[in-house]
Amino acid sequence: MDALKKELKESIIEQLNLEDFTVEDIADDDTLFGDGLGLDSIDALELIVMLDKDYGIKLTDPNEGKAVFVSVEVLATYISKHRTK
Amino acid sequence: MKKQLKTIAYCRINNNTISINGKSIITKDKDLSFSDFAKQIYKEKQLAYPKFFKMDNLCKLAFLTSEFLFEAAKLDSEIIKHTGIVLSNRASSLDTDRKHQDTINDKDNYFPSPAVFVYTLANIMIGEISIRHQIKGENAFFVSEKFNETLIEHYASSLIINRKSSHILCGWVDVDNNNYDAFMYLVAEKGSYNYSKEIIKNIYTQN
Amino acid sequence: MKDVFITANTIISPLGFDSETNVSAIAKEQSGITLHNNISTSPCYASIIDHKKLDDAFSKIGDPKIYTKLEKMMILSLQNTISQATFSISDKTVLIVATTKGNIDALNSNFEPERAYLPILGNKIKEFFGFKTEPIIISNACVSGILAIAVAKRFLQNDYYDNAFVVGGDIVSEFTLSGFQSFQAISKKPCQPFSKHRTGISIGDAAASVAITTDTSESEAIQIIGDGSCNDANHISGPSRTGEGLYLSIISALKEANIKPESIDYISAHGTATAFNDEMEAIAFNRAKLEKTPLNSLKGYYGHTLGASGLLEAIVGIHSLKNNMLYKSLGMDELGVTMPLNIIENTTKKELKTFIKTASGFGGCNTAVIFKKVKQ
Repeated sequence: MDALKKELKESIIEQLNLEDFTVEDIADDDTLFGDGLGLDSIDALELIVMLDKDYGIKLTDPNEGKAVFVSVEVLATYISKHRTK
Repeated sequence: MKKQLKTIAYCRINNNTISINGKSIITKDKDLSFSDFAKQIYKEKQLAYPKFFKMDNLCKLAFLTSEFLFEAAKLDSEIIKHTGIVLSNRASSLDTDRKHQDTINDKDNYFPSPAVFVYTLANIMIGEISIRHQIKGENAFFVSEKFNETLIEHYASSLIINRKSSHILCGWVDVDNNNYDAFMYLVAEKGSYNYSKEIIKNIYTQN
Repeated sequence: MKDVFITANTIISPLGFDSETNVSAIAKEQSGITLHNNISTSPCYASIIDHKKLDDAFSKIGDPKIYTKLEKMMILSLQNTISQATFSISDKTVLIVATTKGNIDALNSNFEPERAYLPILGNKIKEFFGFKTEPIIISNACVSGILAIAVAKRFLQNDYYDNAFVVGGDIVSEFTLSGFQSFQAISKKPCQPFSKHRTGISIGDAAASVAITTDTSESEAIQIIGDGSCNDANHISGPSRTGEGLYLSIISALKEANIKPESIDYISAHGTATAFNDEMEAIAFNRAKLEKTPLNSLKGYYGHTLGASGLLEAIVGIHSLKNNMLYKSLGMDELGVTMPLNIIENTTKKELKTFIKTASGFGGCNTAVIFKKVKQ
């Protein structure tokens, strides 16, 4: 699980071009949207593509995304339950 | 009805050199890629605008050029808010279009990226500049084979004469594979430099 | 300022290859949107012009093999408009080409990838008709087509040109379709603008063209009386939550036209059928005191035709004025925005004088243009 969280933080920084962040800067329970990492609607869509590409999870309902992209902690739990690759 | 316009300030970024009102202010190693050049400038200017790193090269170039230009122009924020933006280039957003096309060419590895797709429109650079400076003025984006100072003059003058905007950010911002070139100038009825399309063309071709 | 009029016009779409055929199809509530199995990785609704029909029509004026689909659509449209226009091409005639993505399919087709450069598209059209001035190309996302009308008007008012031909066009391509899919913006059924049951956009092929002049002898002429094109300064893809840029564009157009909102008889909205866009428009129209004005979106007939849409929909609006008809906003059932709007639910006859066409696009751009029917 810790390895998955680290992997997720690396992908988020890389995929979403968070130039000023390192893995250490992101706590497992940091809010991804809003005040936390300050992600926006395009980032949310990009995370949906990442879930599909890296873990074989297809989210088609944007509201489902909202519940999953709360924090790295929540995201990692969701992925470990639903991943197909 | 024709109006005599003036240029308030102008900025050129090409060959890893930035010049303001004809004076070169920053020059970096010619071998530096545009992305690395842009990143260095961002850090040195301490811009603290994380969205910059989400932009494609075309928007980064337009963003940086407008930063230097607005800094030099020292306009009142009320004027900036209503400034018109009239930009142009040759390659539209093809530099990023090719990247999006690459994500859909292979049907077994078909993952179009929303963060790439959103930049497959050249006028997004007008949006990025508008967001940064809270500009809600008139917008237009033109495409031409070469920088067409006459077209830009016609449109900028029309906006001023039709009382749509008092100040117009004009220019050419082109990125195509490894080539890039940006030239922006602010025109209004009052300004420090004489304006004519011939003068603008001279400034553009001599640098 | 000089008075500027729109005269000849031609729509090329799956509903027909001239404006009259298109408008009579709309009157019968026919839509160009159908299910297609071969345009994406899965079946998808879109409004697509049949290649064979297009080539058959085009072969009367040129060799269909040497032009791309978009070029054929644009040339065919202009051919008809030029033949109807009361002026001919001179060295004071400007050709304005409006497109969002141009020949973007050239990145992956039998044509050279260079064909995707927009100046090449402009030159193909220029050479076909022998225009004497450099074509002006506008690529300003989904407001391109309607912005082109504003640009032509401003150039004519300031005497840079005597008259203009404006053509707008875009095609359904895997490029744009895949992008909108990645945005989860494509509807699973034909799009339903402003409906509570809408699930996104459908996209479509179309080309449209108009002749614009300061000199018309038509007894019932359509004058362009005001325009505005303002930015939201909010987000590059998400519509503004306050409708700011659209509101400012409408106010700018009303001010120039020197009329009050209640003088507008009809709104031809953008209405893409995404939740955020339709909501944004509802907010802007309410702020501009246009909530009681009859409104439709034509996307239910054509899908979203990107850079062509504003021009295409303005032409339908012009025919609405001439025919004194308000056409049904196809796909509308139950209102799905939080502010009141007067959506046209049934095609009805009504005396019309003035309408406003609006459009909004990525990059936070918005355009509003007001048209008026004048008897002379």
